[in-house]
Amino acid sequence: MTAEKAKTVPYTVPIGPIHPALKEPVMFTFTMEGEVVKDVDFAPGQTHRGVEWMGMRRNPVQIVHLCDRICGICGLVHSLAFARAVEQVAEIEVPPRADYIRTIMGELERIQSHLLWAGVAAHELGFDTLLYLAWRVREQAMDLIEMICGNRVNYAMIQVGGVRRDITPEQVPKIRELLSTYKGLQEKLLQVFLRDASITLRCRDHGILTPQQARDLCVVGPTARASGIPMDVRVDYPYAAYGDLEIEPILPDRLTGEIRGDVYDRIVVRLLEIPQSIDIIEQCLAAMPEGNIIWEPKLAKLLLTLKKAKGEAVGRHEAPRGEVLHYVRMDAKESPTTWKVKASSYSNLMSWIPMLKGEQIADIPIIVASIDPCLSCTDRVAIVRWEGRQILTKEDLHRLSVEKTRRLQA
Amino acid sequence: MTDRLTAPQVLEHFTARFGSGVTAARVQERREGAKKNPNYNLWMDLDRPLLKDAIKDLMVMGPVHLAVVSGTDMGETVRLIYSFSLYYGVRHGEYTVNFAVSLPKSDLSIPTISDLVPGAVFTEREKQEMLGITVTGIPDGRGLFLPDDFPKGVYPWRKDATGIPDSMVKNLWEVRRPKGRPAPVVATAEGKGECAISEKEIVEPPEATPKTKQPPAGGEKEGADRPAARPSEVKEVPVPPAPEKKGEVKKE
Repeated sequence: MTAEKAKTVPYTVPIGPIHPALKEPVMFTFTMEGEVVKDVDFAPGQTHRGVEWMGMRRNPVQIVHLCDRICGICGLVHSLAFARAVEQVAEIEVPPRADYIRTIMGELERIQSHLLWAGVAAHELGFDTLLYLAWRVREQAMDLIEMICGNRVNYAMIQVGGVRRDITPEQVPKIRELLSTYKGLQEKLLQVFLRDASITLRCRDHGILTPQQARDLCVVGPTARASGIPMDVRVDYPYAAYGDLEIEPILPDRLTGEIRGDVYDRIVVRLLEIPQSIDIIEQCLAAMPEGNIIWEPKLAKLLLTLKKAKGEAVGRHEAPRGEVLHYVRMDAKESPTTWKVKASSYSNLMSWIPMLKGEQIADIPIIVASIDPCLSCTDRVAIVRWEGRQILTKEDLHRLSVEKTRRLQA
Repeated sequence: MTDRLTAPQVLEHFTARFGSGVTAARVQERREGAKKNPNYNLWMDLDRPLLKDAIKDLMVMGPVHLAVVSGTDMGETVRLIYSFSLYYGVRHGEYTVNFAVSLPKSDLSIPTISDLVPGAVFTEREKQEMLGITVTGIPDGRGLFLPDDFPKGVYPWRKDATGIPDSMVKNLWEVRRPKGRPAPVVATAEGKGECAISEKEIVEPPEATPKTKQPPAGGEKEGADRPAARPSEVKEVPVPPAPEKKGEVKKE
C-alpha cells in the first residue's frame, strides 16, 4: 500500500525526446503534484552532431559552409561569428560594404526568425489560425532572402573576409517594398498577439524569469531583455555595421510601461524587434558604402593566408535568439586547433528551470517555446534509436534517404 | 558603473593585483563598419589558483556575463578559456574579457565557478565530458550532450590517445551501395521513371548494420581496401534491361 502511494505522488512525467511542444528533440523529466510542476530536469544532446569535432578537421573556408548548417533557421549567425573570429586571428580587414551587407542579411534573418517564432508560439497556445497568418507573412521575408542569396535557408552569404554576393541596385527597391509591407503589418501583429484576451490570459504572469535569475543563469537575447536586462551585442559591442547605427536595446516597458519577465513580455520584445530590424535595414541601405565585398575573392590565396594565421579570437554576433560566440584558435595549420560554438540557446536553456517551476502542466509548451529554443544550434552527433536498441548509423540514414529519393522518382 | 574603466585600465587592474600570476595579457582592438568604432577584447593568462579571485574582481567592476568556457588540448596541458563580457548595457561600452588557465595533464582539475556564476554549470558539464577535466565542487556532474552509452575515457576534444579513435570515425563518402536492393530507377524515352529488378541482382541479404553500441573496429579497414570509393559505386549500378514487373516494384 505504502509502496503504491510513493509511486503515485509526486508523479514523474517524462516528455521527450520527441514531443508535441517542440519540433526539436530534448528530454524533459517533470515532477508533478497534481497539475503543478514541482521540479524539472532536461537533457539536451539528443541529436548532437559533433560539428565542432568535424570543424577541427577542416579548413576555415569549409567551416564557414558547415556553420551555415548548424541551425536550420539562422543560416547566417554562426558563419558570421566564425568569420569574425577568423578575421581577427588572421588580421583581415573586411570591406565596409561587406559589413553593411552582413548587417542587412542579419536583420532580414531576425525578421523571419521572429515571425517564425510568433507562429510557433501561437501554435503552442492552440491558436493555429494565427500560426498560419504569421507564417504566411514570414514567407515574404523568405522570398526576399531567396532573391538576394538564392536560398531560403543555408544562405552561403558569408565568406572569411567579406560576403559572397552583393546586393545589386535592382534589388534595393524590392527590399524597400518588403520593409514597407511589414511596417503596414506591424500594428496588426501587435493587435492580434498582444490585445487578444486568451493570449493575455495564457501568457501574462506565466513563466516568470526575474532579472536576478536572468543574470545568474547568463541568459541572452530577447529572453534576457524581456526580464529587463538591457543586453544586446549589437548595441554594446560595435561590430559589422552595427557600430555605425543608432540602435537601442528593446525592453518590454517600451510598450507596456512595465517589466514582468513573463511569457507575454517575451512576445512583446520579439514583436518590437521586427520594426527595429526594419529600421536597421533602412539605415544600412541609406548609408551603404561602395566598394569591394570581399577582402580576397580568390579562395586559394585566402586559404594560404589562413594557413599562416596564428592566434586566438572570439567572434560574437547578436542572433535572433541572443548572443552567439565562436572561439577559434589557429596554430598556422590547415585547420583550426580549437573551434567552440556557443549558440544563443546554449545560454538560455537553464532558464527553463525557474520558469517552469510552479506552473500548470498545460502551460509547459508555451513556456518552453517562449525562450525560442533552438536545439539544432545547441546540440551538435546524430544517433537515432530505432526499435529498441538498434542504432541507426550514418550509413543507414544515408541508405534510407537514397531509397526514399529513388521511391519518389519512381 | 559610473567610473567605467577603459580596456587598458581593466587589464592594468589585473596585472597590478596579481603581478606575475598574470603570465600574458593583451588588449585586442578591432574596428569594423564604415565609422570604424573600436571594440575591445581582453586576453589574460592566469595561474590556476587565481581564476576565482579574478572573476570576483571582474564582477565588482560592473555587470558581467559569462558566455562560455572553451578548451584546447595543448599537448602537455589543457587550456581553458573563460569568456566573459563586461559592462553590457552601455552603448559601445562592452569588452570581452577572456581568462585562460592551463591545467597540467597530471592534474586536470579546476574548481567550479558556479558559486559565483550559477549559469556556468552548463558549460562546465560540457567541458568535463568533452575534455576529460574534473570540475571540483560542480553541483551537477552529469554528462550533457554525449549519449549515455558513449564509451568511457574517450573525450572528443582531446588530441592525445584519449581522443576519438579512428575506429569510431565513419566517413559518409565511404558508404557503399547496399547489396540486395532493387536497381535504381532509369529514365525512359517517355520521360517516366522505371524501376528495374531481376532476381539475379538480389544475391545476398543486406549487410547487417552494426547493432553493437560501438561501431566495428574494422570500419576503417573496409574503406582502406577500397580507396577509389566513387568509381566502385558507379560500377555497382548496372544499367538494367526493360523490366516486366513494373507495377509491382513501384508499390514498394
